[in-house]
Amino acid sequence: MELSTFFQQLTNALSLGSLYALIAIGYTMVYGILRLINFAHGDVFMLGAYFAFYAATSLAMPWWVAFIVAIGLTAMFGMGLERVAYRPLRDSPKISVMISAIGASFLIENVGIVVFGGRPKSFPSIPLFDTVVHLGPVSVLSVSLFIPVITAAILVALLWIVNGTKTGLAMRAVSTDLDAARLMAIDVNRTISMTFGIGSLLAGLGGIMWTMKYPQLNPLMGVMPGLKCFIAAVIGGIGNIPGAVLGGFLLGVLEIMIVAFLPELTGYRDAFAFVLLIVVLLVKPSGLLGKHQAVKV
Amino acid sequence: MKIKRNTLLSLAGIALLVGAIAVADATLGRFSVRILNLSAIYIVLALSLNLLNGFTGLFSLGHAGFMAVGAYVSALLTMSPAQKDMNFFLEPIVPFLRDLQLPFPLALLAAGACAGLVAVVIGVPALRLRDDYLAIATLGFAEIIRVLITNAQSLTNGAQGLKAITKYSTTWVVWSVAALSVAFMLALVRSSYGRTMKAVRDDEVAAEAMGVNVFKVKSTSFVISSFMAGVGGALLGHMITTIDPKMFTLTLTFNILLIVVLGGNGSITGSVIGAIVVTVLMEALRFLDMPMNFLFIKTDGLPGLRMVIFSILLMIVVLYRQRGLMGNKEFNWDDFLGIFRRKGASGAGGRS
Repeated sequence: MELSTFFQQLTNALSLGSLYALIAIGYTMVYGILRLINFAHGDVFMLGAYFAFYAATSLAMPWWVAFIVAIGLTAMFGMGLERVAYRPLRDSPKISVMISAIGASFLIENVGIVVFGGRPKSFPSIPLFDTVVHLGPVSVLSVSLFIPVITAAILVALLWIVNGTKTGLAMRAVSTDLDAARLMAIDVNRTISMTFGIGSLLAGLGGIMWTMKYPQLNPLMGVMPGLKCFIAAVIGGIGNIPGAVLGGFLLGVLEIMIVAFLPELTGYRDAFAFVLLIVVLLVKPSGLLGKHQAVKV
Repeated sequence: MKIKRNTLLSLAGIALLVGAIAVADATLGRFSVRILNLSAIYIVLALSLNLLNGFTGLFSLGHAGFMAVGAYVSALLTMSPAQKDMNFFLEPIVPFLRDLQLPFPLALLAAGACAGLVAVVIGVPALRLRDDYLAIATLGFAEIIRVLITNAQSLTNGAQGLKAITKYSTTWVVWSVAALSVAFMLALVRSSYGRTMKAVRDDEVAAEAMGVNVFKVKSTSFVISSFMAGVGGALLGHMITTIDPKMFTLTLTFNILLIVVLGGNGSITGSVIGAIVVTVLMEALRFLDMPMNFLFIKTDGLPGLRMVIFSILLMIVVLYRQRGLMGNKEFNWDDFLGIFRRKGASGAGGRS
């Protein structure tokens, strides 16, 4: 393989990894605070893309307004989802909450099929993201360069929120011990709502960036990225934000590079993530950056 | 005396059911018989998931994978070499498998055995995990199985799937298997083995402290459940007569989960009723996906609306009635007759 091809693939891998990272953060934050796999997260990601699509086409907003509106709507949707599907089950067995999450996921997908139609839609091209940039021998879409930069900026902002603000302190407290946090006069419901809001906001942003890179929308587009990003979060150590980013990048790079170097494995591409998941769960279940938690009896 | 009365009632009930199925099979049209038989297959599948989910407390999302294994094994074993040659037009089938042909009952057993074998391989690593990690790991394994089937061109015919599978799943076959599964589950749940499963479900640590070999109980339950899933998948293949890897996605597992949750997690009766209700509703609501014509409003068909209803149904059950239809109770004659004779309410609610 030539060096230029390698760099070409590397840019692809980095932008895919950044997208995975954005979505994985949402999983990891929700899991950290509620110990819940939010199966509907991938569908929230899909909604973000569709909101932006309709805002930009049917409502004819300029693209940046459409993006902001869509991201806001997605965040609100995530908070609403928590309120309707998860909050009533806060004291129920874990399996019930998980079934509720799976039900919510299927509901969103099927409502999506009914409302948006099952046929794929294509996002109108935006020149800023759609131009081909030449970096020496490597030529990439400009969006592939924007994505890692945006992800990095988001990560810095998020780490500041979690480690530097009162809301973040509340989040960390709730994730350590929900009942003790409540006793310390932390508004647990508000904090959980916040977490869902931030996670869904990132999923919305991820969904929009995803359609910039792969401009095809369909109501089931969130299923595979959703599962893979959960896996990314587990690989990095669930509950740990830098871990989710690391896991996302690792998964993105691995997926692109294996296909680039071993083209005969292309058909197995969707299985890589799951194989990696199982290996990680067996070797180091707490993930690369996660801390081992003893099971309380 | 009372026990004798109940036994007589049960025998009469079974005779009545057999009679009803015979009449239905003889008089109903092909479409209705198909729904009837589909219910029986879903009973087998729901029971197998309930064994894990309801009785052992293992939340598995990998059912579609085991069904796929069963469906492919049985389909390939029952096809004649000529049929296989017709199916495998892209790449010939491996010679060993080409000439292997078994009678249907043996193939069905082989389907279950292969699914069980896969469960052993998967269970050893996966069953070390708990709750949501187990769910996502089994989901992962099911996805891997699907990708493997899609890519093993000379073994499974890949994405093209298998066509013209012999239609062995007649009314009598599927209902006999369903009846066997119910009987087996009843016996299993009431045995000491079933009690250890429930002990593991209710409190793993306490069970272990009482000397229950938790891992052994979990893996046995996982293998039995997968065996049944494999048989169910095989029956499904022999009924639809075409299978391809796209059939066996998470959606299929979701349908079975819906039945189990709706019927009642941990109730055999619930799974049976749930399977029949959901299967019939699935077909009865098919009109929702078709173009509709109300007095003033015309819609031109909304595919997916049916599944919206089912998703909402699942959400309502989980949010407002977590016990489902039956809770974890089983049908028994005392309770059933008690509904009719209010004053004689014996209150002998059978906790399983």
